[in-house]
Amino acid sequence: MASLISCPHCGPRPKEEFTIKGDASLGRPAADAGSQDWYNYVYLRDNPKGLHKEYWHHSSGCRRWLIVERDTVTHKIHGVSDAALAKLGASV
Amino acid sequence: MRYSAFSVFLNGLRGNAGWAPAWRQPEPKPQYDVIIVGGGGHGLATAYYLSKTFGVTNVAVLEKGYLGSGNIGRNTTIIRSNYLLPGNNPFYELSMKLWEGLEQDFNFNAMVSQRGVINLFHSDAQRDAYTRRGNAMRLHGVDAELLDRDAVRKKLPFLDFDNARFPIMGGLLQARGGTVRHDAVAWGYARGADSRGVDIITGCEVTGIRTESGRVTGVETTKGFIGCGKLALAAAGNSTVVADMAGLRLPIESHVLQAFVSEGLKPFIDCVVTFGAGHFYVSQSDKGGLVFGGDIDGYNSYAQRGNLATVEHVAEAGVAMIPALTRIRYLRSWGGIMDMSMDGSPIIDRTHIDNLYLNAGWCYGGFKATPASGYCYAHLIARNEPHETARQLRLDRFQRGYQIDEKGVGAQPNLH
Repeated sequence: MASLISCPHCGPRPKEEFTIKGDASLGRPAADAGSQDWYNYVYLRDNPKGLHKEYWHHSSGCRRWLIVERDTVTHKIHGVSDAALAKLGASV
Repeated sequence: MRYSAFSVFLNGLRGNAGWAPAWRQPEPKPQYDVIIVGGGGHGLATAYYLSKTFGVTNVAVLEKGYLGSGNIGRNTTIIRSNYLLPGNNPFYELSMKLWEGLEQDFNFNAMVSQRGVINLFHSDAQRDAYTRRGNAMRLHGVDAELLDRDAVRKKLPFLDFDNARFPIMGGLLQARGGTVRHDAVAWGYARGADSRGVDIITGCEVTGIRTESGRVTGVETTKGFIGCGKLALAAAGNSTVVADMAGLRLPIESHVLQAFVSEGLKPFIDCVVTFGAGHFYVSQSDKGGLVFGGDIDGYNSYAQRGNLATVEHVAEAGVAMIPALTRIRYLRSWGGIMDMSMDGSPIIDRTHIDNLYLNAGWCYGGFKATPASGYCYAHLIARNEPHETARQLRLDRFQRGYQIDEKGVGAQPNLH
């Protein structure tokens, strides 16, 4: 794991300030979706060997949720964006 | 060649020139009845029991590295069967029984040492939980003993009993638990399987799975195409990658777990002891080094290395339990890739393809399960039906709502 995560709000910070939640590429199904969709969402993972998008919380910093794109083999971080703003289509 | 005290003596007299390699280095044949993907502990154990117990000898084990390069050589060597849930307990107890007869069975010194495993508790609530676990174990015919504070103090006087935050109130002892020389487990199973005709092919990475009208016909490898009647995956750590070749998406994430050895010390800890107020487990190897570990690092990883923050965290938990550890130095650390499943329990099952079998999701409890995993997987492959102790380790249990979640944290694999 890289030692630093570049928070779009706080700049490069030690990764110990951040807490991982997990896979950010999962799309939450609609509330009335079938059980197969919910099963896929809750239990199945792509678990890629390579680039992986994941939610990290800057828990000891600005407390924003971030989407970190990271390589699971080299641990190199390729991009960090604010999760809420990314969802709105904005870039920080 | 059968190993015995006599053979050691005789070869000693002959300058140790008479030892033959413990297994062959064969080139792959064009076709096998069964191909096992992954020459780790579980794959080799599966090949061993397939050939010995179930009479299936036209078997190949394909390993991308060398034998013992994966998690079989990257663990803290602990064996135990102190599980709570009915889906797990009989399976791990089968494993313990197989460990107890293993060395005589495969004629190899695996240094099985039933030195006891003590799980410490630090509060009334935790004592209740451990009492319940001990009772569940005894109902399944597994040994368990609840030790009070004085009994623990007698065995392990150096623990920090009066820690202000986490006083030690007692422990749950499984006297039959202990440690095993992990590399020797791989070597013993490899030798036993090889002598019964199994081809163990190292340096042979599977790069694709070929299917034809809904059945697997063989695998593409770095040594060319190899055909098979049945294909058995046992590539924990990389299960997602190989299952993906057959179009199978798994309830698994790959995470890195670190383990550590200290410099050699005089005899200090004569059992396995685990901290109940954090995640820390320690034993002392026959060479004198303390072998210990803690939590996974917490993020998805396919790299066999971890972070210093976890090294520090593990040391803090260790020192909270045994203050004397402040004086010792780390000698080595290493990381292994774990199949973290969505309920913390493994999968031994058939798949959506008739002749494709799956053995995966061992989280970080795979080593102790090696014999039973091999035995039950061989049973499934040979007879096409699960062994009775592994009936609940199904792939579809997540979909059907029958998770086996010992820790009760749900589908958050980095918390199991």
